[in-house]
Amino acid sequence: MTRDSRNAKIRKELKKAQIVSNVQFCSDHFLMKLKMSGLPKRAVPGQFVNVKVTDQGTDPLLRIPLGIHTATLETISLLYKTVGEGTEILSSKRKGESVDILGPLGNGFDISRAKGKKVFVVAGGHGTAPMYWLVEKLIRQGHNEVECFLGASSKNHILCKEEMEKLGAKVHVATEDGSLGFKGYVTKLVDERIDEISASGENGLIFGCGPKPMLEALAKDARMIGMPAQVSLDAYMACGIGACRGCAVKTKNGYKLVCSDGPVFDAQEIDWKA
Amino acid sequence: MDLKIKIGRTTYDNPVWVASGTFGSGKEFEDFLELKKVGAIVAKTVTLNAREGNPPPRTVETPSGMLNAIGLENKGAAELVANTYPFLKRTGTKIVISISGANKKEFVECADIVAEKNFPHAVELNLSCPNVEHGGTKHRLIAQDAAATERLVKAVRRKIKCDLIAKLTPNVTDITSIAMAAEAGGADAVALVNTYMGMAVDAETRKPVLGNIAGGLSGPAIKPMALKAVRDAYLAVKIPVIGIGGIMKGTDVVEFMLCGATAVQVGTVNLVDPAGQGRILREFETYLKRHRVKKAKDLIGKLKG
Ligand SMILES: Cc1cc2nc3c(=O)[nH]c(=O)nc-3n(C[C@H](O)[C@H](O)[C@H](O)COP(=O)(O)OP(=O)(O)OC[C@H]3O[C@@H](n4cnc5c(N)ncnc54)[C@H](O)[C@@H]3O)c2cc1C
Ligand SMILES: Cc1cc2nc3c(=O)[nH]c(=O)nc-3n(C[C@H](O)[C@H](O)[C@H](O)COP(=O)(O)O)c2cc1C
Ligand code: FES
Repeated sequence: MTRDSRNAKIRKELKKAQIVSNVQFCSDHFLMKLKMSGLPKRAVPGQFVNVKVTDQGTDPLLRIPLGIHTATLETISLLYKTVGEGTEILSSKRKGESVDILGPLGNGFDISRAKGKKVFVVAGGHGTAPMYWLVEKLIRQGHNEVECFLGASSKNHILCKEEMEKLGAKVHVATEDGSLGFKGYVTKLVDERIDEISASGENGLIFGCGPKPMLEALAKDARMIGMPAQVSLDAYMACGIGACRGCAVKTKNGYKLVCSDGPVFDAQEIDWKA
Repeated sequence: MDLKIKIGRTTYDNPVWVASGTFGSGKEFEDFLELKKVGAIVAKTVTLNAREGNPPPRTVETPSGMLNAIGLENKGAAELVANTYPFLKRTGTKIVISISGANKKEFVECADIVAEKNFPHAVELNLSCPNVEHGGTKHRLIAQDAAATERLVKAVRRKIKCDLIAKLTPNVTDITSIAMAAEAGGADAVALVNTYMGMAVDAETRKPVLGNIAGGLSGPAIKPMALKAVRDAYLAVKIPVIGIGGIMKGTDVVEFMLCGATAVQVGTVNLVDPAGQGRILREFETYLKRHRVKKAKDLIGKLKG
């Protein structure tokens, strides 16, 4: 499958965006809404922005990549987990302040391939952030059979369950400690469900985002039954625009760049063993 | 105001260039910059044959800087000439092609491929590469070995006509001896610094963060050391010195020029702020206006005692 790579050629902007709101979403996750016209019209789910969290001094220096959680014509929202210095600073920003946004970046999910197929959206941990917009778009485009599989270590790390249900998606949950839904890995749930689908002869398509082991398991399950899967990868990034070659991922055709060839790749293209 | 500076036989419109490996081919920056206003684009280093590069992670942030271990990933010199030269020529900007190799022979062959009649405007020799010919000596990199540096520059000099810039590593005991060796070999300029070797360790996992274990430190963290290296080299050689290391703003350019730089290259800033080169150039011009400096080149080496 050669995926459409036009997304990466969408005109990118560098802009100071005003914060409309920045609130605690749950436990260590925050939701930031930014005023941003232009960008939302061009962006697609799975694309990301590179955020400069401070313009004071040189530490932290690099931008941090965050997936677009959702967008309206005039705003974009980012859902992020506070894991270090950059995301901590971001969480302390107040309404009315501005942050420097670079985007939209990368190649998003290819929704056009979902036509006539059962769609399975699989998300682990903060990998759920960019999947909300994907589900929103899929449902708005008339895919009424979108099933979401959310996985996390425990209940309070399950994101967007109610929000996705509100959109009309069927949501399955798995937690490693069993505090909500199925006890175990979310891929186990997915595996059972896609086996059913393939046994019934229906066509399916998987969209995934989350930790690498989860995506690797997903890729394997999808390969066994011949179901296409698009997965969004994570990498340490610097530029986010394909200039530094820092965000390499090993694929079956050599190294590719997560920021500009991805972050969304065909799951079978990735060399998971590398 | 006159921003022009001259290096070798080439006159550059302004002294604010972009450093190799931090600017892709330039295409990546078209949405953010007028490429015409870049003093010169130094393209990502190419080698004779394609190189796959290092295993990830290849970059990590450090206090006011970053480490990289990209591993000179590139598709080879012939591919660059075939696929990227048309674009580079269309930019109307001065173009410097950076080359590297495993030994003298590879450097010379690579130089021969990239040098065409009247293009590029200069070739930069990235000498921070393993010193295979001297495998048994204490000098791990060519640019740590004065004699090897001189021989290599001389060999490329004999092969191609265009201006030659020798880019030096700061990981040496005495940068002046290497700069002098490059000058003796026939280089038209020396460019410094490349990155300082360093590493990052994750205390939780007890593992090195980079796939390659060690990498090169760049960004504002290295600026004070780079200024010193540029000053030392300036005092040691007669050819122009190109200053590199942690430049983030217009006054950083001024500081490097006062220490003796004829031009500068900005690297890491491009990764943080893709419009950085344009901003830095404007800030530099503002400084010149504010201090009533009519010609940018009048700043070169004018550090006050
Ligand atoms: C395309 C893309 C989209 C992303 N979207 C989201 C999103 O929507 N929501 C969200 O919460 N996060 C997202 N991330 C992850 C996010 O970018 C990192 O969590 C963030 O950069 C951490 O910055 P920090 O300064 O707070 O942490 P740091 O202080 O830099 O690091 C804290 C810890 O996290 C680790 N870490 C940092 N960056 C990464 C990385 N890229 N991959 C793996 N480990 C890392 C470090 O090793 C360290 O242990 C995305 C990443 C990518 C590449
Ligand atoms: C991601 C990255 C890749 C680099 N690749 C190259 C390269 O291919 N060739 C080279 O001569 N220097 C390379 N460098 C070094 C820079 O050109 C520059 O010398 C160094 O980063 C110091 O400048 P700075 O602090 O402004 O970044 C690279 C630097 C970075 C950060
Ligand atoms: S982050 Fe620089 S190339 Fe991807």
